[in-house]
Amino acid sequence: MSLLEIKNLHASVNGNEILKGIDLTVNPGEVHSIMGPNGSGKSTLAQVLARRESYEVTAGSIMFDGKDLLEMKPEDAACEGLFMAFQYPVEIPGISNAYFLRAALNAVLKYRGQDEMDAIDFLPLLKEKMRLLEMDERFLNRPVNEGFSGGEKKRNEIVQMAVLEPKLAVLDETDSGLDIDALKIVAKGVNAMRNKNRAMVLVTHYQRLLDYIVPDFVHVLVNGRIVKSGGPELALELEEKGYSWTEAEPAGARR
Amino acid sequence: MITATQAPEKYLEIFDQFGSRTASHPHWLQSLRQDAFARFSETGFPTTHDEDWRFTNVAAVASTPFELAASATVSREQLEPFGASQFACCLVFVNGLFSGELSTLRPLPKGVTVGSLAAQIKNDPATLEPHLGRYLNIPRDVFAALNTSLMGDGVYVHVPRGVVVEIPIYVLYVTVPGATPTMNHPRNLIVAEENSQVTVVEDYVSMGEGITFSNAATELVAGDNANVSHYMIVREGDQAYNFSTLRIQQGRHANVATHSLLLSGALVRNNVHPVLAGEGSECLINGLFMANGRQHMDNYMLVEHASPHCDSRQFYNGILNGQSHGVFHGRIIVHKDAQKTDAKQTNRNLLLSDDAQIDTKPQLEIYADDVKCTHGATIGQFDDNALFYLRSRGLAEAAARHVLLLAFANECLDRMNSPQLRDHLEKLVVAGMPEAATFAGPRLGEGAERNWEEVG
Ligand SMILES: Nc1ncnc2c1ncn2[C@@H]1O[C@H](COP(=O)(O)OP(=O)(O)OP(=O)(O)O)[C@@H](O)[C@H]1O
Ligand SMILES: [Mg+2]
Repeated sequence: MSLLEIKNLHASVNGNEILKGIDLTVNPGEVHSIMGPNGSGKSTLAQVLARRESYEVTAGSIMFDGKDLLEMKPEDAACEGLFMAFQYPVEIPGISNAYFLRAALNAVLKYRGQDEMDAIDFLPLLKEKMRLLEMDERFLNRPVNEGFSGGEKKRNEIVQMAVLEPKLAVLDETDSGLDIDALKIVAKGVNAMRNKNRAMVLVTHYQRLLDYIVPDFVHVLVNGRIVKSGGPELALELEEKGYSWTEAEPAGARR
Repeated sequence: MITATQAPEKYLEIFDQFGSRTASHPHWLQSLRQDAFARFSETGFPTTHDEDWRFTNVAAVASTPFELAASATVSREQLEPFGASQFACCLVFVNGLFSGELSTLRPLPKGVTVGSLAAQIKNDPATLEPHLGRYLNIPRDVFAALNTSLMGDGVYVHVPRGVVVEIPIYVLYVTVPGATPTMNHPRNLIVAEENSQVTVVEDYVSMGEGITFSNAATELVAGDNANVSHYMIVREGDQAYNFSTLRIQQGRHANVATHSLLLSGALVRNNVHPVLAGEGSECLINGLFMANGRQHMDNYMLVEHASPHCDSRQFYNGILNGQSHGVFHGRIIVHKDAQKTDAKQTNRNLLLSDDAQIDTKPQLEIYADDVKCTHGATIGQFDDNALFYLRSRGLAEAAARHVLLLAFANECLDRMNSPQLRDHLEKLVVAGMPEAATFAGPRLGEGAERNWEEVG
């Protein structure tokens, strides 16, 4: 059974149709990359998957691990094992990273009927994940994302993913704004989490990321539609030629 | 509505009765009280035409025929729920009277005096004369005048030069309402001499419901280089009027932190008035107010910079739910000689319902030319992005809202950095949260490590 099955997805924001019929199937263990020009709808797709309510789905269906994702609230999707790393992670002053992540993990554990974790068990786990992302321990105590640099925020997203261990991770431009060292660290963190059960969708503008996290499939999203799909070599082609040539081709190269 | 000027006549009777009980007081104290009453009679209660009272109507207080509260008996068990007995040094006042029986006074460092102000007036009034009534602005502040006229009991703290008191001095003021409206005028004096250090907590609670009026006044004197923390907790009943005035006098390089936690009461007016009189002194003015239902909470800050190189930091956060009304009036006066003043004021408010209301007003009066003064206020609802972010990590909507409320409260709680008080204060805040019942998360303070400079 596929992990994620998107069929003919149409979605609008404030009455403007942004996604105009997306079909995408992701199986466990696969890594898919979605590339496309600014404003093509990549983040919209990510937000719809994470169940942001301001994005209205007007047609189509999404099955996630055999369940209807469109019936789920954001917290249900998260508890079912869907994780989205935000393109713009949100700052939450007044709540420490450690508190926030334990609250999140416990919510997920509780949903799954597992025992919640106390601070004593949780801290070593969190520290281990932070070491993987080479984040200093002082970030434990810092308020969530507040005053973090762009790169620190992105690494913090991956720390969260590592703690929550989702079935499907959607990373929205987690590579943007990272210098090459930070990019390698993030890639290392992401690669460490690849396994045969976990799937990932990487939204990116840059082929650079795909040198470090080699995807199984690359899709090109233009104007709310996937206009081309292929293997990792497609990313190289896009890097060289840009996106314009893809639109010229008949929109049947999907799925 | 009764006119405000009618009220003082009723008070004359009470003042006369009260005078017969205090006939043995020294002359200076009697004339202090008489002058204060004369001032009160002349001015009467303020109206909303008065700039300092624009957002708070005290007509209900002015028109209620309050009598001085009678003594009441309370047991230790009855006080248990207030959580004050965990503190090694805890003084209890019931309806304005000191209760030796209910108080616990652990041995304090040598030379430190902690006890009832009334007892001190009786036993050794000369020690009080240099300070008592010397700092409150009686001509300007009618409630301070009324308090002085009918001065009740309260805590007297005296810390000699160089002495550090490690444990907080916790003072619980218990109001037991009567069948008819009662009032009480707690009066406190805290004197921390040069190089000393002390923390004092005033906690106002009610036992049962009924119309009451608590009108407290505290004079806090921080000598040169002294380090003083003051906490004001108000958690009275739904029919309680709670007014308080904290007047702080700071010497050279004195460092004072005042923290307010307003949790309940029908009408709460929290006056905080530090005067940075000595060069290089610092004052942190921190507060959190959380109002529900029809509660009205008014915070009136008057920060006076009177000497050069002083810093003041005001941070007040308000959480307003139901049809409640919050006020933050932040007045800063920088006197002519107070060059190199650094004054900052921030008031942030979260409105949880359409009917809740906040009035926030900065008022800067600057007479020196080389100063740094900043102020800012925000009024908002829950941040949708933050809510979605939390939910996308698995927190249910109610839990996410609760976390954001805690986060907002935590900005203030984190500045209340007494390790002995932290848990207690946090519990009070969590218990007072509108959605407290829906989410029991991990401990809020986990890993929190912010100081007020960072927050600025
Ligand atoms: N909340 C919103 N309100 C109005 N329009 C929106 C909103 N969110 C997205 N859009 C519009 O939807 C379109 C797609 O936006 P989206 O963020 O999905 O693009 P993207 O492919 O992620 O772009 P980028 O590469 O710049 O991140 C854009 O035209 C954008 O302006
Ligand atoms: Mg985007």
